[in-house]
Formats: sequence, C-alpha cells, structure tokens
Amino acid sequence: MVTKTVDFSARAVEALHNARLRGSFRDAMDDLIRKRLDHFRDETLFRELSGEGAAIRARALSRLPELLEQLERKLVSNGITVHWAEDAAQANETVLKIIRAHDSRRVIKGKSMVTEEIGLNDFLETRNVEVLESDLGEYILQLLDERPSHIVMPAIHKTKAQIAELFARKFPEIPYTEDVDTLTATARRVLRDAFRSTRIGISGVNFMVAETGTLCLVENEGNGRMCTTIPDVHIAVTGIEKVVEKLADVPPLLALLTRSATGQPITTYFNMISSPRREGEKDGPKEVHLVLVDNGRSDIFANPDFQETLRCIRCGACINHCPVYTRIGGHSYGTTYPGPIGTVFAPLQDGLKERGELLSASTLCNACTEVCPVRIPLAGLINRLRAEYAAPRGNVKDAGSGRSWKEAMAWKLWSAVYARPRLYQRLLNWGLKHRDRLPRELAPWSDSRAMPVIAEKSLHQLVREKSEADQ
Amino acid sequence: MSTARENILARLRAAETQAPTFDAEPQPPPEWGMREKRLRFIERMEAVRAEVIETSADDLATVLASWLASREVRSLLHDPGSRWAEMLHQAIADGAELPELIAFNREIELWKRSLFDNVDAALTTTLGGIAETGSLMLWPSADEPRSMSLVPPIHIAVLEEKQLYATFAEALEQQQWAEAMPSNALLISGPSKSADIERTLAYGVHGPKELLVLLLRDEDEEAS
Amino acid sequence: MREKPTQVLLFGSCLIDVLYPQAGMDAIALLEREGIEVVFPQAQTCCGQPAFNAGYRDEARKVARVQLDCLQGDAPVVVPSASCAAMMKHHYVELFRDQPEAEAAAQLAARIVEFTEFLVDVLRIRLQDQGPDIRVAVHSSCSARREMNVAVQIESLLEQLAQVELVHQDHKAECCGFGGTFAVKQAEISAAMVADKTAALLRCEIDRYITQDCGCMMNIDGALASQQAPLRGTHIATFLMERTGGNEDS
Repeated sequence: MVTKTVDFSARAVEALHNARLRGSFRDAMDDLIRKRLDHFRDETLFRELSGEGAAIRARALSRLPELLEQLERKLVSNGITVHWAEDAAQANETVLKIIRAHDSRRVIKGKSMVTEEIGLNDFLETRNVEVLESDLGEYILQLLDERPSHIVMPAIHKTKAQIAELFARKFPEIPYTEDVDTLTATARRVLRDAFRSTRIGISGVNFMVAETGTLCLVENEGNGRMCTTIPDVHIAVTGIEKVVEKLADVPPLLALLTRSATGQPITTYFNMISSPRREGEKDGPKEVHLVLVDNGRSDIFANPDFQETLRCIRCGACINHCPVYTRIGGHSYGTTYPGPIGTVFAPLQDGLKERGELLSASTLCNACTEVCPVRIPLAGLINRLRAEYAAPRGNVKDAGSGRSWKEAMAWKLWSAVYARPRLYQRLLNWGLKHRDRLPRELAPWSDSRAMPVIAEKSLHQLVREKSEADQ
Repeated sequence: MSTARENILARLRAAETQAPTFDAEPQPPPEWGMREKRLRFIERMEAVRAEVIETSADDLATVLASWLASREVRSLLHDPGSRWAEMLHQAIADGAELPELIAFNREIELWKRSLFDNVDAALTTTLGGIAETGSLMLWPSADEPRSMSLVPPIHIAVLEEKQLYATFAEALEQQQWAEAMPSNALLISGPSKSADIERTLAYGVHGPKELLVLLLRDEDEEAS
Repeated sequence: MREKPTQVLLFGSCLIDVLYPQAGMDAIALLEREGIEVVFPQAQTCCGQPAFNAGYRDEARKVARVQLDCLQGDAPVVVPSASCAAMMKHHYVELFRDQPEAEAAAQLAARIVEFTEFLVDVLRIRLQDQGPDIRVAVHSSCSARREMNVAVQIESLLEQLAQVELVHQDHKAECCGFGGTFAVKQAEISAAMVADKTAALLRCEIDRYITQDCGCMMNIDGALASQQAPLRGTHIATFLMERTGGNEDS
C-alpha cells in the first residue's frame, strides 16, 4: 500500500537533490501543460466547459445516495453483480472471494488507482493470488516493485535506459535495446499470453452512469479493454463518488478528462460496459462484478467544507501544474494520489495526524485551482485543512493534531501586535531604529537568500511626514 | 455485504448535500456540414496515425483487396452476414485476390489461441463516427464480437459518411443510446498506443497496431 | 468600466510598511497625480494573510478586524500588493464566514481594487515614458495572476512606455516559491523554486524585473542577493513614477 507521511520532508529533499529525476519531471510536466493548453487557449471556452463539468459532478453528488441505488438497480437488471465495501479490507476480501469462487490463482489488471488505494495487489499476493499489471507503465513498475509516481502516467519517473536495463534483466532472451517500439513489443507479447490465459480481469472505472447502468473506462493502450473483454470474469473496483446521473453527462466529462490529463481530444478507447456477455454473444466476460468502495468517501461527503473534493475525475491536471510536485515527484508524497488532490484527499481519508505534514507542501499558488476541470478550489481546500490541522474544530479526523505550542505562541504573539495598531507602530519604529542590529541570518530563510533590508522609515511614518509637509 | 451497503447509504443520506451552484449550459453541437465533418474526422484520425481511405460502396472490395495485399494480410476476420461481406464474396467470385475470410462463428473460448495468434486483421462495421474527436462508434454484437476490434493486429472499420456526427453528445442524443445500451459500446480513436516509456509514443501496445477506416462517401451528397 | 472616484483609501500592506515603503509612497504619488485624493488610515497593520495561510484563523481574524474597522466607508480601497488584495477581496469572506462581521467583510471585499487594476481599469491612465532604454521582465505574483486576475494589467502599463522593452522569462506563470510559511516549513523546496525563478530571470539579461507583489520581491531579491547577482526587482508603482518623471524631487 502507501507509505506513511511522517517523513515527507525527508523524501522530498532527497528527490530534490536527484537531478535526473527533477529534470525528467520538469520536462514531462512542461509537455503535459503544453498539450493541455493547446485545447484550452480560449479561456472563455475552458470556463464554460469546466462550469459544465463542475455542474454535472455537483448535480451527481447532490443526489449521491439515490443515484447509487439507481445505478445498482440498473446494473443488477443488466446482469452485473454489485458489491459494497466500507473500507479497504472489505473491498479486498470481496475481490478475493470472487477470485476464489472461480478457483483462480491469477488475475490480470488494468490501471486502477482505487485498487492502488486499497492495496489490492499486496493483499492478493499474500493470499497466493498472482497479480499481473497490464498497463505498460504499471507493468514496468510491477517488475521493479515500485509504486506509481503519477496517477495518469505511473512510470513517468523512469527513463528509457532504466526500462531497457530492466527488460534486459527480466527477458534475457531479448537483446538490450532502448528502442521504445521493441520494448513495447516485448511487453505486448508477454501480456498477450497472459490476457489469453487468465480467467479473471480487474479494472478501475472512470464514470458510472446511473441512468443506464454503464461502467465507462478511458484508456489508450487497450489493456483495459483486454481485461474487461477476454477473461471469463471482470471485476471492476471503484469509488462510490464516480457515479453520474445520465448518459448525456458523459461526453462533457470525457472531453474535460482527456484534454486535462494528457492533452488529447479523446483517448484511443472509450469503453462502455453495460452487461456481461449476453445470450448468443460470442465473447465478453460471463460475469461482471462491480465493487463500490467507500474507504472514507462518505465521511468526506458528510463534511460540507470538503464535499466538493469528491467532484474529482482524476485527470491529474492539478498534479501536472503543481510547482511543488514538479520539484519533488510523486513518491515523496507517500500517498496514492500525489500533488494537490492528494494533499487534500489523503488527510481527509487517513486523518491529519498521519497526513497533515503534506499540507505544508503548497505555496497556495492556485495553479491547481486554475486548471481543475471540475472547479475544485484545491488551494482553498488546502488552506481550510491547514486550519483544521492547527485548531481542534472536529470536522476532520485528528483536527488540531498539527498544533505546536511554539507555532501557536508565535501566531498569538503576532496577532497581539498586529491587532493593536499603536503597539504595532511602536514596535515597528523601534525595529526600524535598530535595523542595523537585527540578525543578518535567520535559518532556513538565509540558507538560500539574503535577509531583506529593513527600511529607514515605515510607510506609516512617511505618510505622516508627507501630510505634515503638505499642510 | 448488505450491511456495508446499508451503512454507506445511511451515512450518505444523513449528510447535508450542497445544492449545485454552477452555470451549466450544455454546449450546443457545432453546426458543421457534411464536408466539414468529413474533413475534421479525417484530420483527427490521421493525427493519431489511423489511415482513412475515402471510397464508395461499389469500390470497397477492390480498395480493400489492394490495401490488404500491401500489408500481406493472410486472414481477415469478418461478419459473413454483413452487407460488406456479400460484396467481398462477390469480389472473390469475380477473381479478386483477397485473404482468407474467417467468421467469428463460435464462442471465443473455443478458438482463443487461434484468434490471438493466427488472425491478421478484422473488418467491422460502425455505428457512425464523431468529427470533433475523430472517433468511430462501435456496438459489438453476436455477429461482430467485442474482440474483433481489439485482438487482431489490424482493425479495418467501415464508416458511412452520412453517419458522421459533429460530437459524441450529438450522436448519443440522435441515436438515442440511453434507451437501450448494448453489453459493450466503444469509441475507437486510432490504433492502440502508449506513452508510458519516457513519453515516447509507441503503437500497438495491446490492441491493434493499425487502424484503417474505409470512409464511404455519401453519393447523394455528391450529387447535390 | 468603473467610474473614477474622487477619493480612495490606500492599504499599504505590512511588507511595504517595513521593507518597501517607497513603493507605497510612489503608489500614493501616482494616484494623486491622477487627481485622486488618497487617504492612508494610520490604524492599518496587516491583512492577516500570514496567519490565515498558516491555518491560524482565529489569530488572522483578530488582525483582519482591525482592517475592517479602519477601512470603513464607501471609497475604493487600493492595494499595491496583489496577495493582500486577494486576501481581502476573496478570503475575508471565508475568514468571516458565520461571524458577526460577515457583512462588513463582504462590503470591504467589494471595494478592494489592486493597484495596477485601478490604474488600468478605473483610471485608464495614460503614461509618457521619459526614461532611457531599459529591458525588463515582469514577475506577476500567483495572487495577481490567479486570484485577482490582473496579470495583464501590469504588462499593459509597461507597454505604454516606449523605451521599455518587455521580455518574457520561461515558466513565467510559475510560483516563485515564497508562499509565506512554505518558505520556512519546506525551505528546501522553496529554495529550489526560487533558484529556478532567478535562473529564468537572469537568462533574460534584463536590467530589472517588475512586480506588483512585495512578498515575491523579497523572496526573489533575497535569492539574487545571496547568489551575488546584480539583478533586482522594482515595484510597479516605483517603476512607473521613475519612468514618468514623477520621482524627481524625492
């Protein structure tokens, strides 16, 4: 599963000093930013589209329980089995039970961040179920025993040479090559054999349509289609928030998702699954299961201050545009979802004690908020969470756990001065008078910057002097 | 498990929901004429390395035969009941050089290995195309199963120009998809691809490496 | 387009007060030259943003109340610092949510105008460049760009100046890495960000960079000084006064 965040800063610093890693994140994010912008140069158009996207997601959330029930009814009548899981453990058990019911020892997986979130792979492996990732990036990471560093491009931190070296080691029969077509062809060959012979496929879901009972998957490679088409059984695992009201809600969200994520007008495949293989059909899974995972989402839903977090469609645009993520990469966060959305989601899901440190990893520059296709005010939510972290309010798990006596005292002192205009000016004047005696170094600021130069006279003084002179 | 369901729903029902407060005027589809739709569709398809050949129903078999020959395709999976199949069979009878025509006439379990290893290409029909994004709409069926557009290395799709829609939204609405969804519906916009290795595009990572669209021009439109 | 008022209040910000008072004076002088009476309430201190962004809302509120009090009235409040403007325009509403001052906060928010926005959109100022040739870049703060939406205004002001050549640094819209307590709590990430920012500016071979936010300027100038680079920032108000002959007697 994911690592704990206690040493977030240490990991971030380590990543910062890895020049190769930093260079590749910078190049990759710049590229994604450019590609997205090609579609949204017209800001008015983006505002219209994101308004529509936000409205669709907000409308769905405003009716979430009834839409989930409608979705379940439709899916069941379409022949899809629906399971509900309150937490990661229940979700994992549910999946295992389905696998065992088919006497299977092996599953093949399409890309799914929710299964990453619940730690499904580790869980199944310890129960003697072999898990094979089939998304090329995820497959590479699985061979390396690493975690995704980005939600859309999981292996973005790996270079061609590293992957070439890995393949040469894992497939000694193939000569070392950095040719991407050859590397891809190797993966295709290995994974095709697996698709053909594996009886259980697992996937995530991008949108669920309540109106028709349809599961929608967005992808470029076709492994998602393979996992949901070739094996006998398809198990879809997703969060309860992914439901939308009607089919007509899908096109705008799809357009926003692919353009925001990778700058594509659409991905190669948009796969809409409404039932298992029907009578007379010659392929497709004979069983389709949907595991609806809560895992903290209903608590986020119940918190009016943070409910809009659930509008997220996991495009990763906030990540791509985050100047902090660009510097430290995805692994530093230690969460399933890195970057701004993870900085909001992880503390809400796991509590502030465990994840609160992440909140410091933002300059509140609002680059995330600006590009969010469903208008989640990410920087505003990070700020709100900082308030929860610092003061026990009780709305978020472990609220107040980030309050340090020292910091609290500092802000109390600060407010005691700045809330008293005359005291403020007296202290200010004293400071200006003794500006030569103020410390010339103050770590960590002065580790990389000179201390600012205190003015001779304050603006308050200058204005007073000016008005006296004017009279 | 039903307790999980009840617990989750109970928590959701107990929560205050916020009234949605966004301005959401659905974007009207652009008013593109046939020519505009066709040009956009082709441009988008070619941008993602799909090949589009404009032809007519009459020339379909000839065009296809020469394209298949250029790719050295030895076997073509197709639906023998389709309108195009009839033309292909006729062409063969007339002496055209076409690869072996295979039908998906049994359940996949009965010939999976052969499907994966021995089929070079598949020909499918489409429900139409989307000009804005350069997408094909497919509703796989008993006659044209899902894996036809997925497993063989080459996918050839026949698209009738008059079935081009401006946007996905327009197609959904006009074709009334919500009334009855098939077990699987697909939008296909190019050959399979991945950029997972250092953002370098590679084609055919899992699905077809090549996508050919036979775009059948609307003769009525030509005349008018 | 908003109507030109006869009088405005000026909120100088705590950073201008202690580090860059000349920027405040130049803002006042420029406004007065345009025929606006500028009132500077002496009771003002700080908008409260540092504590607000650190999560200490009670403390931020205490300080913000002082500004609500001293900035009362109907006149527009001009703020020569975009992040403080954003705090008062956008975040006071959140800060005073469910508080007795909610209405007063909303009323003040509606009167907040960032300085360059006021010059361009309200005064429709016309500038005559009187300075020598100079090459500059602009660093708009994130608040200016994404909260106040005024990144265009500062550039349109510079474009009016005939002898000023405006060049664009790469990753121009990216944060400089200041972020208040971020610079302390994530000092190394912050240092990496400002190092990238200064490198981008230095590559432009400019004489100066111009900004509307003193927090960024303190950060970027601090980094430049520690790298012993001669480049420095200038607040837009000071730059405009300088270029249009307004600073001759100071």
